[in-house]
Amino acid sequence: MGSQGGFYQSKEFLDLVKSIGEARSKAEEDRIVLNEIETLKRRISEPDIPKRKMKEYIIRLVYIEMLGHDASFGYIHAVKMTHDDSLLVKRTGYLAVTLFLNEDHDLIILIVNTIQKDLKSDNYLVVCAALNAVCKLINEETIPAVLPQVMELLAHPKEAVRKKAIMALHRFYQKSPSSVSHLVSNFRKRLCDNDPGVMGATLCPLFELIARDVNSYKDLVISFVSILKQVAERRLSKAYDYHQMPAPFIQIKLLKILALLGSGDKQASENMYTVVGDIFRKCDSSSNIGNAVLYECICCVSSIYPNPKLLESAADVISRFLKSDSHNLKYMGIDALGRLIKISPEIAEQHQLAVIDCLEDPDDTLKRKTFELLYKMTKSTNVEVIVDRMIDYMISINDNHYKTEIASRCVELAEQFAPSNQWFIQTMNRVFEHAGDLVNIKVAHNLMRLIAEGFGEDDDNADTKLRSSAVESYLRILGEPKLPSVFLQVICWVLGEYGTADGMFSASDITGKLCDVAEAYSNDETVKAYATTALMKIYAFEIAARRKVDMLPECQSLMEELLASHSTDLQQRAYELQAVIGLDAHAVACIMPSDASCEDIEVDRDLSFLNDYIQEAIEKGAQPYIPESERSGMLNISNFRNQDHHEASSHGLRFEAYELPKPAVQSRIPQTLIASTEIVPVPEPMYPRESYQTTMPSIPSDAGSAELKLRLEGVQKKWGRSTYTPATSTSNSTSQKTVNGTSQGDGASTVSSMRETYDSRKPQVEVSHEKQKLAASLFGGSSKTEKRPATGHKAAKASSHVVEKSHVPKSSLEVASEKAAPAQQPPDLLDLGEPTATSTALQLDPFKQLEGLLDATEVASAVNGAPAASRSPDIMALYADTAAGIHNKNDADLLSGLSNPSVTNMPGTTAMPQVTQSSSKGPNPKDSLEKDALVRQMGVNPSSQNPNLFKDLLG
Amino acid sequence: MVNKQGQTRLAQYYEWLTLEERRALEGEIVRKCLARNEQQCSFVEHRNYKIVYRRYASLFFLVGVDNDENELAILEFIHLLVETMDRHFGNVCELDIMFHLEKAHFMLEEMVMNGCIVETSKANILTPVQLLEKT
Repeated sequence: MGSQGGFYQSKEFLDLVKSIGEARSKAEEDRIVLNEIETLKRRISEPDIPKRKMKEYIIRLVYIEMLGHDASFGYIHAVKMTHDDSLLVKRTGYLAVTLFLNEDHDLIILIVNTIQKDLKSDNYLVVCAALNAVCKLINEETIPAVLPQVMELLAHPKEAVRKKAIMALHRFYQKSPSSVSHLVSNFRKRLCDNDPGVMGATLCPLFELIARDVNSYKDLVISFVSILKQVAERRLSKAYDYHQMPAPFIQIKLLKILALLGSGDKQASENMYTVVGDIFRKCDSSSNIGNAVLYECICCVSSIYPNPKLLESAADVISRFLKSDSHNLKYMGIDALGRLIKISPEIAEQHQLAVIDCLEDPDDTLKRKTFELLYKMTKSTNVEVIVDRMIDYMISINDNHYKTEIASRCVELAEQFAPSNQWFIQTMNRVFEHAGDLVNIKVAHNLMRLIAEGFGEDDDNADTKLRSSAVESYLRILGEPKLPSVFLQVICWVLGEYGTADGMFSASDITGKLCDVAEAYSNDETVKAYATTALMKIYAFEIAARRKVDMLPECQSLMEELLASHSTDLQQRAYELQAVIGLDAHAVACIMPSDASCEDIEVDRDLSFLNDYIQEAIEKGAQPYIPESERSGMLNISNFRNQDHHEASSHGLRFEAYELPKPAVQSRIPQTLIASTEIVPVPEPMYPRESYQTTMPSIPSDAGSAELKLRLEGVQKKWGRSTYTPATSTSNSTSQKTVNGTSQGDGASTVSSMRETYDSRKPQVEVSHEKQKLAASLFGGSSKTEKRPATGHKAAKASSHVVEKSHVPKSSLEVASEKAAPAQQPPDLLDLGEPTATSTALQLDPFKQLEGLLDATEVASAVNGAPAASRSPDIMALYADTAAGIHNKNDADLLSGLSNPSVTNMPGTTAMPQVTQSSSKGPNPKDSLEKDALVRQMGVNPSSQNPNLFKDLLG
Repeated sequence: MVNKQGQTRLAQYYEWLTLEERRALEGEIVRKCLARNEQQCSFVEHRNYKIVYRRYASLFFLVGVDNDENELAILEFIHLLVETMDRHFGNVCELDIMFHLEKAHFMLEEMVMNGCIVETSKANILTPVQLLEKT
């Protein structure tokens, strides 16, 4: 604070901050905060608390919430503080309220009034404070209360007010676009504000508006381009410069807007080419911010109508990013590459090795970004390698969120580009095995469908092979412990349908396995249900084939268990199974046809087979069915309801009586079915239907075979046709298509050999050979012309790799010195050196130390100069150079942090204490020493527990 | 803003989260970021957000952004914030922010509204804050 005056705070507050600052664990911090809550609860409700004291209490409340504890007991006091006359107190009140309350909190209504009053204030700072609060606290309902005033403020003479008013309007638009839809023209007007701050702020709402509706803003292209041009030509005030770049944040926002406006619009894009080209040329590529603008240019160029020259510039920048040592730039480069390859896919090739380096980088963020890029460039030629890599990576991570994402990507790519069915099934198996519970159940259904249908080619032989191989692989996989539920469902279904189809495995093999599954996963009812149904199918097929059925003892005990199950679904399945086993071969063949999951199912929606029954009932004197719409009472009500629907928007309340409650059955079941429920006592039609919707094929055992048939069909419909082409032909064609099979084998073997080589740790040269191979398979660079440049690259890359390796042991010195460059700062911030905190002398009296340092300033700076003067290329000098010339405390701390991992240790105690000490206070130590002195008076000093508190953030 | 022991020093949200959600979120992202080393890039994916972080001495500045944001620009925005605080406090350190939490918030309020960067001129950011002190 130095020049900004001293502390207003009380000893109590300073003590609180000090103890929080020195807390060494979350538990200690929690204890302090809980203590503080007790104190504040007592204090804050005392009468006649002076304003300044109250402000301090409120800030203490902010601390409590910030550290994760509830401070709701004090909210009302924060609300009261917004009424205060003192600007500082008022703004602190608003700040606290915006931090504490969300816009739907009950207390907001008390603040709206204050906000309204403050928006009319003569003091523009009060208006600004109120507008800040508007942005955070006004919800859809309260918008009308402040909207007129905000509109007036758009023309306020103070630019700060106009800026905040625009943002308030922006907020209203975000909250409720309809409430301000007639006012959006104001954003256009403010774009022409003569204050650059207001103009810059206006870009935010305009960006959002344009993102939603590009076409209404095409006329602004010229304006945006000319603003961008002026900004790039340094026509804005110097105050907006950042690291010698003219208003970079405004440039970036403008480029984002242009990207939207120029997308797919040749004419609009042509207006932009010149200015974007200029920025490409002018941008300082040595600073972070310059690269940020360049990156945004690439995004823009890849979004607008393509221009060869700009694409070339973009490609140049990308290659510079990718070659950079900075991971940040590499990351941006990979991202930019992903954008650009959509337009010019060929540029990926020259960067293939850089991409593979990123893929193999231990940095997870970079790796993920690279997978994103690979995902974008997947083709049928490289899908096997890419998906394989993705799955390997998926297996290696624990983050469920990302695992889900990458699993769904694998599935998507596999579904889209699968070179063969076999590969597809193998890939799916791997995905399910390792992330089964994270993938969408639909994926499982798709897989089952694929296995059932084959690939739609009229080649049953291949399909049969496919199924056999699936069955075989599943029997193998079942040996693994702990498989995901979804995967088990697939396995059970496939085993049930096709387990015995090719005669390789006997019924007892398969049923044995299925019983094992049901037993091993006995608390997963869905899996058990699938297993039971699969068992039923196997037995049904056996009976239909007129083979003798011997139920395995474990199967029998499983059935006994399920017959008494608490789950009605499982129970029903068990009973069904029992019933099916008791039937003769013909009946079983009817209800359980083999391999019929893809058959078309005709559903008799009129239930015409019941006609005789109904006729009989009517003859016996039963009432005929009246359709729902013709029943009088219902008619009126449904009319009412229709009206209500239409008028609901105008009337808030309904005054008519509510309609009679309708039995749930009526709304759920088609009308024809209602007829039967009302007239004839069909036993419980509701329950079995429901179970169909949620479960696997099941056959009610307590009804006649005609009904059985019907219900079975209803079930199979789920697996049968819903979205895909019906019924692969069931005729046995004898044509053989082994070509497909063999090529599959080849594909698989190459993939697996590839994987082997990745996993094995081989010497450098070999690895790079593998890399090249990988590159070739990823980028399709199989032709010789493509390979040659790659080899050239390879050599260079390999050597650079070695260099990198040798860098590492050289400690962090070089890294630090390199880092200093991008972090350059304006000269006025060139304050070198460490804060007093880093000076040694732990045991010294802080005041003595202070005096000593004040006197020793000159000495220190002299010492400071010494090592810098004797610069030589050795490591010591390098170190001294960085330590003395630090622009960024970051680096200094990194140095000490690396050589001295203990957090609480003083950085001064590192390998080269002298150097650090010499730079302990830069050219301007007095100010900061004075500042520290005040803190020390309160008992906080660098020799206390957490010296880091004193460390300058910037050097 | 979090120090290297993972203690929160300043927090501002532009979408409402409950206290529990905040605590959990902060815990998760801080753990992720503190586990990274200086060579790795300053961006971390977290659920649907990206965290851009930067370290200054003992303090970490973490900013959560959505997927369309320019990460490098955010990284520089953090630096701009630190430079601005440095200009105001003079050799800003963790303790300055702790003792003047509200002022640090005021600066941030001037720079970011509705989750957008609205002001990047240090003079414009600091004028209202300094005027407040004189009242």
